[in-house]
Amino acid sequence: MRRREGLAKLTGSEKYIDDLSIPGCLWGMAARSPVPRGIIRQIHFAKDFNWSEFVVVDHRDIPGTNEIFMIQNDQPVLAADRVMHIHEPVVLLAHPDRQACRHAINQISFDIDPLPAALDYRKVPTTEQIQYASDNVFAHLSVTKGDVEQAFKDAPHVIQGIYETGAQEHVYLENQGMAAWFDDQGVLTVQGSMQCPYYVVNALKHALKLDESRVRVIQSPTGGGFGGKEDYPSNLACYAALLALKAQQPVKIIYDREEDLAATTKRHPARLKHRTAVDDQGRLIAQDIEMIIDGGAYVTLSPVVLSRGIIHAAGPYACDHVRIEGKAMLSNSVPFGAFRGFGVPQAAFAMERHMDHIARTLGIDAVEMRRRNLIRDGQSLSTGQVINDGTDRVALMDLALKESGWAGHIKDHAAFNQTHPYLRKGMGLACIYHGSGFTGSGEVHLASKLHVAGLSDGRIEIRSANTEIGQGMLTVFTRIASHRLGLEPEQIVIAEADTSRVPNSGPTVASRTTMVAGKLVENACSDLLDQLGLPVHETGQVVVDAITAWHLDNPGQELVGTAQYRQPPGINWDDKTYKGDAYGTYGWATYIARVQVDLRTCTTTVLDFHAVQEIGTVINNTLATGQIQGGVVQGIGWALMEECCFREGAMINNQLTNYIIPTASDVPGISVSFLENPYEHGAMGAKGLGELPMDGPAPAIANAVADALSQLLIDQPDTIPLTPERIMSLTTPIHA
Amino acid sequence: MSTNTCTNPITISLTLNSKPLSIAVDPAERLLDTLRYQLGLTGTKEGCAEGECGACTVLIDDQPANACLVLTCQLAGRFVRTIESINVDTLHHMHEQGTTQCGACTPGVVMCAQWINEHQDVLKHQSLRQLMSGNLCRCTGYDGIILGIEKTLNETNPATAHKDPR
Amino acid sequence: MNILSPSTIQQATRLLNEHDGAIVMAGATDLLVNWPSNLNAHERTYLDISSISELAFHSFSENELVLGALCTYWDIIDDPCAMQHTKLLVDAARTVGAVQIQTRGTWAGNIANASPAADGVAALMALDAQVTLTSATGSQTIPLDTFYLDYKKTRCSHDQLITDIRVPLVRPEFASFVKVGARCAQAITKVGVAIAQTDANWRIVVNSMAPVVKRCAAIEHLLNSQTPVHSPRDFAQAIEADLAPVDDIRSTASYRKAVLARVLYHELAPCCPWFSKNGISKNGINQ
Repeated sequence: MRRREGLAKLTGSEKYIDDLSIPGCLWGMAARSPVPRGIIRQIHFAKDFNWSEFVVVDHRDIPGTNEIFMIQNDQPVLAADRVMHIHEPVVLLAHPDRQACRHAINQISFDIDPLPAALDYRKVPTTEQIQYASDNVFAHLSVTKGDVEQAFKDAPHVIQGIYETGAQEHVYLENQGMAAWFDDQGVLTVQGSMQCPYYVVNALKHALKLDESRVRVIQSPTGGGFGGKEDYPSNLACYAALLALKAQQPVKIIYDREEDLAATTKRHPARLKHRTAVDDQGRLIAQDIEMIIDGGAYVTLSPVVLSRGIIHAAGPYACDHVRIEGKAMLSNSVPFGAFRGFGVPQAAFAMERHMDHIARTLGIDAVEMRRRNLIRDGQSLSTGQVINDGTDRVALMDLALKESGWAGHIKDHAAFNQTHPYLRKGMGLACIYHGSGFTGSGEVHLASKLHVAGLSDGRIEIRSANTEIGQGMLTVFTRIASHRLGLEPEQIVIAEADTSRVPNSGPTVASRTTMVAGKLVENACSDLLDQLGLPVHETGQVVVDAITAWHLDNPGQELVGTAQYRQPPGINWDDKTYKGDAYGTYGWATYIARVQVDLRTCTTTVLDFHAVQEIGTVINNTLATGQIQGGVVQGIGWALMEECCFREGAMINNQLTNYIIPTASDVPGISVSFLENPYEHGAMGAKGLGELPMDGPAPAIANAVADALSQLLIDQPDTIPLTPERIMSLTTPIHA
Repeated sequence: MSTNTCTNPITISLTLNSKPLSIAVDPAERLLDTLRYQLGLTGTKEGCAEGECGACTVLIDDQPANACLVLTCQLAGRFVRTIESINVDTLHHMHEQGTTQCGACTPGVVMCAQWINEHQDVLKHQSLRQLMSGNLCRCTGYDGIILGIEKTLNETNPATAHKDPR
Repeated sequence: MNILSPSTIQQATRLLNEHDGAIVMAGATDLLVNWPSNLNAHERTYLDISSISELAFHSFSENELVLGALCTYWDIIDDPCAMQHTKLLVDAARTVGAVQIQTRGTWAGNIANASPAADGVAALMALDAQVTLTSATGSQTIPLDTFYLDYKKTRCSHDQLITDIRVPLVRPEFASFVKVGARCAQAITKVGVAIAQTDANWRIVVNSMAPVVKRCAAIEHLLNSQTPVHSPRDFAQAIEADLAPVDDIRSTASYRKAVLARVLYHELAPCCPWFSKNGISKNGINQ
């Protein structure tokens, strides 16, 4: 099946938020803090400027609580007495002319008494830099299994490594945008680019002190999210709504690229320390892991990112003794937020680099090292979760090796590297896994609901709050319902994600849309059949006829099949001890990169890339393949070129000229293969797939670079991005 | 010669999507803004405002250009084509092959592809990937784009069947 | 913003005379970057030359290629004659931005904008191009390699317009353009070098290595004198003498210098018999 909204996007007729013309709409904009930390003494509005044309909002205009509703509500909507990072919004403006807003922002200046800022999350803060609890630690989580101390005492080898990953920008091609207006009844409507409409509802209720009945959130077609439109749209929605409230007119805020890059969330920078006890054969005896992530100035989602990160930090390997300590630290930066992979890419980079490090130290082949340790059915992961899904992870790795031509290339490279004056080739692999859906009891707390309505013309309408952000939700939900009820795609309507019409089926994050919400589509279809008095396996025209007949019998009434999430049996998770089944199921993958490093420029080129994964049932091959390919290229960017340059906690390369993402010329075709092992609790047997391609490329590429440069390295490629400048510093002293 | 010495609107005439158009514009107005906010042709997207991403690619006198880097008042007498001029029947391969995901880069991609399709000689010296390097995409990893365009090109001109060497 | 839209060179030069400080605009690919938020740029007066048809040309004669001020990168990329006679220009043009920039950006604009990173300027300078500056009172032709005075400072006065660029068609015995950017396409140069050798005379022009695009006298001397070169390191002294690159958002001074040395060595070793070819040891390129 082709992408449902594909032609609308190809012809440019799809209407994103910036494409909507809203009568009487003002443009909104924010005036932001120029300093990383300080006490606001005064805000100056230039005297010789006509402010009467502007709507001006500050924290005193917030009718509800001056907090962005999230895990801990520590982030103000607008800074009141203090600022915690550069670019923190303090004052909002609206005006009919966008250019006038840009002028006016420059007419506002701030009198701020600076305070010592914490600008390096890796350093223990000084007393003056403490801003959260007693130590600037937002969250401290740990996983323990077995007896790590004892295991280290008896171990023949103990191998350590430190690994660092940098911040990454989402670079969704559509910048953040949101519009807000109040109707005559005082109902607030907010429409824009977002992943999670009900997150936005909650944020608006909290900040504007409105009942849920007076808040309506509509998702516009969204030009990419990657996590960047999970949390941040709540902020933007509050800004637009506050301006609309004061103006009593619609207000739209569309970030331009510079503002978007400077002021919105990014992937958490992270540092991981691994200390591993191994036997002579390279079998993992004990793993001691510390993961620190940079949370930025406010808590936001950092504890959850950290949680997923530490749960995945020990890798897809069997090890009896594991201790993982994780900390999320405050720094005076724009808060780091959700980004595809959610802590796992950082953890996987460290683990898979460390596996190569162990192998190299012991003189064991990197593949063999993994073969000896990959988790087999019946063995348990670090949380004690026993894996028993029937997937052969060693066979999966072997398939990837075969498809990539691993053995042949290794031989060819040895000869090539001996003779070429300045090019060096290498190969690297990474074995990765990713828990599908929310962590632990997250889905139970969400208790997502989804509706499938039978319409009077016999079609059905899926009503969910899950959003199409490019990943293919519209197409996949159509396919799931069409498969379940034996209907043609045209007989299936997907309701706009409008919270006045659709129930809360949960956020569009963590690859839960297809697997979890898709399953709710199936269950709501079953409920619909039940209400029609049809057998549970009835399909096709009989269903259509029954729906039209029902409407003839019940004119003007709604026929709605409903479903609510129920946890599959046998899943046990303890949030306090971090023990048990962290996820209902996992996707498994082996990724292999082949690279070439040019010693003249220290530039790395990915020659080819193979991604082999087991993700349950593949519902739509084109869409699934495209997700993997896109994720891999985003991963290649993170590994090799994407670097956020921070000064005083603010990104200073906030232009696409200076924040470099891969072009079509920078990447090879990405080879993708799927193994299918249906997961009984996922829609049509599907598991999550969107994060794996972000987890695997960086370690595979760094391992390949290490292989290519083996004898030349004076230091290991354990920090990414591996920019040419960094590779030069690893290979040989400049001006030797 | 017209020498506008203030910010008064300038009236210019051009051909837009094969139709003559006379329009009064602020001299500082970018083509991108004229298309989107004056003419309601919102298919052309703003991705970066600095000529990096290509989301605003249009054809000016049959050549691809970024509409964020052109002032409308520079276009007197020129021929401009936007995504709105594209015949939907030419898009089925791109639809089939996953050329679009989130859709924000897509109109720019389609316009650059349209130019390549109309001028297939340009592939003699530069690869399709090189020619498409002015269109950043964050969703597809470019495979779906390259494949969709290749199939479209081959349908237009099967004699010079084109294949990405990678 | 004020915009002046002449349709002849004569009108243009007269307007430049009348409007002191007017900024000449052609393809506008540099001027309009982040235009909406670049508020100061809206306060200025612009002279839009894009409708002056007598500037929209390029022509090959027996001895020279003349690029009109409106000649774009794509005009050269797309001309088989250019590939035959001035391949260095084609190679450079292909590295400028992407197609969408190449079709709008002009060679003359690249010169006038005076960015130290200008790729087109490096290639033109290596080929010993001359720039014609025209004012209401007459024309003046100056060698491009004397055009730049300092960062963003040129010999073009406010009343002068670059009307054409003249490239002598002396086919170099060796010519090469190497651009090192942060990615394969659409990158601003971190290290750029254009090399041309004619009658044992070397012209080495670098971009992104100094406040201006410039010829490297010491490197040229090293090559002209056929001083033995054994490894990239042997360029270090000349590079120090010629250039003082900076650390900036895009790269570091030390990276730039090291890469320039390595690129020069590897580009030149195959065609310079006086180079020893064992400069690369197995243990590293720079040992």
